[in-house]
Amino acid sequence: MQITRRGFLTLTGAIGGGVALSGFGLNLNATRAYADELGKMDRIKVAKQVTTICCYCSVGCGLVCSVDKATGKIFNIEGDADHPINEGSLCAKGAGFFDLTEANKHRLTKVLYRKPYGTEWEEKDWDFALSRIARLVKDTRDKNFTKTNAKGELVNRCEAIGHYGSSNIDNEECWLVSVKSRALGLVYIDHQARV
Amino acid sequence: MTNHYCDLKNADVILIMGSNAAEHHPIAFKWILRAKEKGATIIHVDPRYTRTSARCDFHVPLRSGTDIAFLGGMINYILENNKYFKDYVLNYTNASFIVGSDFSFNDGLFSGYDAKKRKYDKATWVLEKDGSGIPKRDMTLTNPRSVFQMLKKHYSRYTLDKVSSITGVSKENLLKVYEIYAATGVPDKAGTECYALGWTHHTTGSQNIRTMSIVQLLLGNMGIAGGGINALRGEPNVQGSTDHCILYGNLPGYLKMLSASLESLDHYLEKYTPVSKDPQSANYYSNYPKFFVSFLKSLWDDKSTKENQFGYNWLPKMDDGKHYSTMHMFDAMYEGKVKGYFCIGADTAVSTPNSNKVRKAMENLDWLVGENIFNNETYEFWRGPGVDPAKIKTECFLLPAAATMEKEGSQSNSGRWVQWKYKAAEAPGDALPVGEIEIKIMAEIKKLYEKEGGPNAEAIVNLKWDYLDSKGHFDVMKVAKRINGVFLEDTVIEDKAKGTKTEFKKGQLVPGFGNLQLDGKTACGNWCISGSYTADGINKMASRGKEDPTGLGLFPNWAFAWPVNRRILYNRASCDMNGKPYNPKRKLLEWTGEKWVGDVPDGPWPPQADKEKGKYPFIMQKDGLGALFGPGMAEGPFPEHYEPLEGPLTKNPLSGQLMNPAAEIFKSDMDKVANASEKFPYVCTTYSCTEHWCTGALTRWQAWLLEMQPELYVEIGDKLAKEKGIKNGERIKVSSIRGEAPCIAMVTKRFKPFMVEGKEVHQVGMPFNYGWLFPKDSTSDSTNILTPTVGDANTFCPEYKAFMVNVEKL
Repeated sequence: MQITRRGFLTLTGAIGGGVALSGFGLNLNATRAYADELGKMDRIKVAKQVTTICCYCSVGCGLVCSVDKATGKIFNIEGDADHPINEGSLCAKGAGFFDLTEANKHRLTKVLYRKPYGTEWEEKDWDFALSRIARLVKDTRDKNFTKTNAKGELVNRCEAIGHYGSSNIDNEECWLVSVKSRALGLVYIDHQARV
Repeated sequence: MTNHYCDLKNADVILIMGSNAAEHHPIAFKWILRAKEKGATIIHVDPRYTRTSARCDFHVPLRSGTDIAFLGGMINYILENNKYFKDYVLNYTNASFIVGSDFSFNDGLFSGYDAKKRKYDKATWVLEKDGSGIPKRDMTLTNPRSVFQMLKKHYSRYTLDKVSSITGVSKENLLKVYEIYAATGVPDKAGTECYALGWTHHTTGSQNIRTMSIVQLLLGNMGIAGGGINALRGEPNVQGSTDHCILYGNLPGYLKMLSASLESLDHYLEKYTPVSKDPQSANYYSNYPKFFVSFLKSLWDDKSTKENQFGYNWLPKMDDGKHYSTMHMFDAMYEGKVKGYFCIGADTAVSTPNSNKVRKAMENLDWLVGENIFNNETYEFWRGPGVDPAKIKTECFLLPAAATMEKEGSQSNSGRWVQWKYKAAEAPGDALPVGEIEIKIMAEIKKLYEKEGGPNAEAIVNLKWDYLDSKGHFDVMKVAKRINGVFLEDTVIEDKAKGTKTEFKKGQLVPGFGNLQLDGKTACGNWCISGSYTADGINKMASRGKEDPTGLGLFPNWAFAWPVNRRILYNRASCDMNGKPYNPKRKLLEWTGEKWVGDVPDGPWPPQADKEKGKYPFIMQKDGLGALFGPGMAEGPFPEHYEPLEGPLTKNPLSGQLMNPAAEIFKSDMDKVANASEKFPYVCTTYSCTEHWCTGALTRWQAWLLEMQPELYVEIGDKLAKEKGIKNGERIKVSSIRGEAPCIAMVTKRFKPFMVEGKEVHQVGMPFNYGWLFPKDSTSDSTNILTPTVGDANTFCPEYKAFMVNVEKL
């Protein structure tokens, strides 16, 4: 398989690092790390590479996710050397991007529900959550809907539901949030741009 | 950003003020250092010495909340020493306009102030017009009522002595910054400013930025490569979420939200469509009705018709003069008026000021819906510190969301680059993209209204909401195309100037917002983003071309920059009146006699020397020129220094108005304030660190990052620490009148006391990245337990950067 420019740079970096470390003597950790890096290199070379954009500050650095073709799992994420802004480099948070994947055991994977006065979360399915949320929204909206204000002007709004977020979802999702909340007649609509 | 990240390399002077770029935007800082390598001077003005200061040419400490005083002094220096760029100021700004005779400024207040309402009537903040409705101008700039002379008079009060006494910056340091920065007021030099939350988090936040905009206009730094005003924004898609206006006051594309007095579409469009009588002003917002009607069509499609005002009255209307920002929402929730709450990808129990009030407010909720990739303090408020879950009625849902690399879509960076990202893997377990969750929730609600009806049900039932694919999953392309805009009927568009007619078929994508129609023939979810696809359906956001024809790092074929792929805003101002670049070495744009070559220009018209067809460069301004006099602001057309809500002074050294007279005061029993109090004698500011992001709601769950920055700390200058007997690493308590935050003392030389009005004032600082939920073994909680509920008078961005605290040994 042909070595890409990015693959080549990473590979030479790994070898360079390994050589430097082994120069200090019999440090097995360094050798092991070097071997691991080479192993990862092999996997990266045959992996599916998918580009994404960093989810922290607004610089918009590019990243490349290496996905194991057999399992469909991401096993490595690093800076996109072809990206004109970050040119492959990343900050501490970007460099730790892999810890956002499902490899992080703290990720939420189930719908959680806490009943009124409950002391714990319970796992539920999507059908339960969607229909229950829809019912709550409709009941709250209908009960508290303001058709006309104190001056008698038509306002068609619901002040009893607040909607917050988010600046860390994609544009298309933002648009859906913006449109959904307006169609419901909400006015307490805000997100992190305010802070 | 008016410019973009790679463009920072083009600057000759970079003023970093209100930002710690090296630590919070490390990759942006790489471009700043690239300018430095080429010989640029980099200046850091900040209360604290940081890693940004360490890499700059020099650091100037200033007391939090005194930026307008500092920059007002710079305006004074520029005008008194004739350092402004005369050609630019005369031709491209409203310096020559004449201010109305009833406008006045006296002891910190502009004309029209209503102390009871804490609001201005802006009727006198006007510019005079001649008989044909064109603004009057004095091209000699000598008329005492000209904007130029009024500006000069206003800032003549900002003397070196006065500014030094307010800011705590030495006169030598003030002069050093003023001289170096003002030297960019010549055709072949570029100065830029990088700010972040350090400027927005004040009761005078918007005016901080406007003061710098005035400096940039005076020096001719706006619209040029290496210039502009550059917000280093702090969230990955905060530019996009702002563009799509998940904000109470605007609809997608910065269209105005409706208010109750605007009962009809016609009335609304009349109010928000600016009119200019000056034939040289492009007044681009005269197209406002096309953008707005196309937006309504994007919501309700064929249900939105001319007869029903395109569904105008289905939208909610705000009460005139009332605001609905985050702080207002929690205030209403605290009063028990808000009963349901959606909190998506956020941790408002940590991020909102006066967190104790916010958490108390949430106890009044009937229900709460969270959508996120990790749990956080907001979703767990019912068992937070001191809360008994058995007493909390709220029904809570926490919905698992896909992480960014587990979904496809676009994200906009601060430089307005809308970049496409691809899905790398499936989300774990039952997690779904937020877009899919939102579609499915709304679809369920829609079903209920179709079956049961309800108030204003048309708005919901008629909503076009078919954004799932054939397999029932989020079809992101469908939404992206809706945002871009589409022809709803076969349409012929005639360009009279060019003498062309172009035919578009029903269903075809609109190639740009210039094609949007007033009569309902187009639907467009957000006019700013229109043109992100070609008419043939090619997704420009996914472009990865690395060509750099100008050598300025514009990368026109990388992603899509709004508007219309323009990389630097107001770029026609980089050329003289004949369209020749002011700086031939950094040629952003040039008029060939027939067309503009370079970046995508701010409109196709010839430069303004062509009196017949030429247009002024600032096309989004009604008058076409940069606004030194800016009547749109809540607290006055010229920025004025006011003290923070909480500060060390009892009197504003510049006037009789201590704090921003137009800032709203919240009055609940939990909104306590302690200005110039002996109990809370130290100025406090808040910030982030490299390893955490915002509330830490994503990063505290990551072992590598948490190990680097495990818990809350307070940075205390060594002099103050010695006075208080506090040792480095000791566990101490920081308190404000609103609450307490236990944390670790970090005794440092990075904070030095300031001399303010002849008195020594200490300042401390804390990161805002912590909460109680995780890590489990820490005693940290939110720094915002300390901060007050108060915000900027225009934006309601909270004042996190200047408030008063005490520090004590435990």
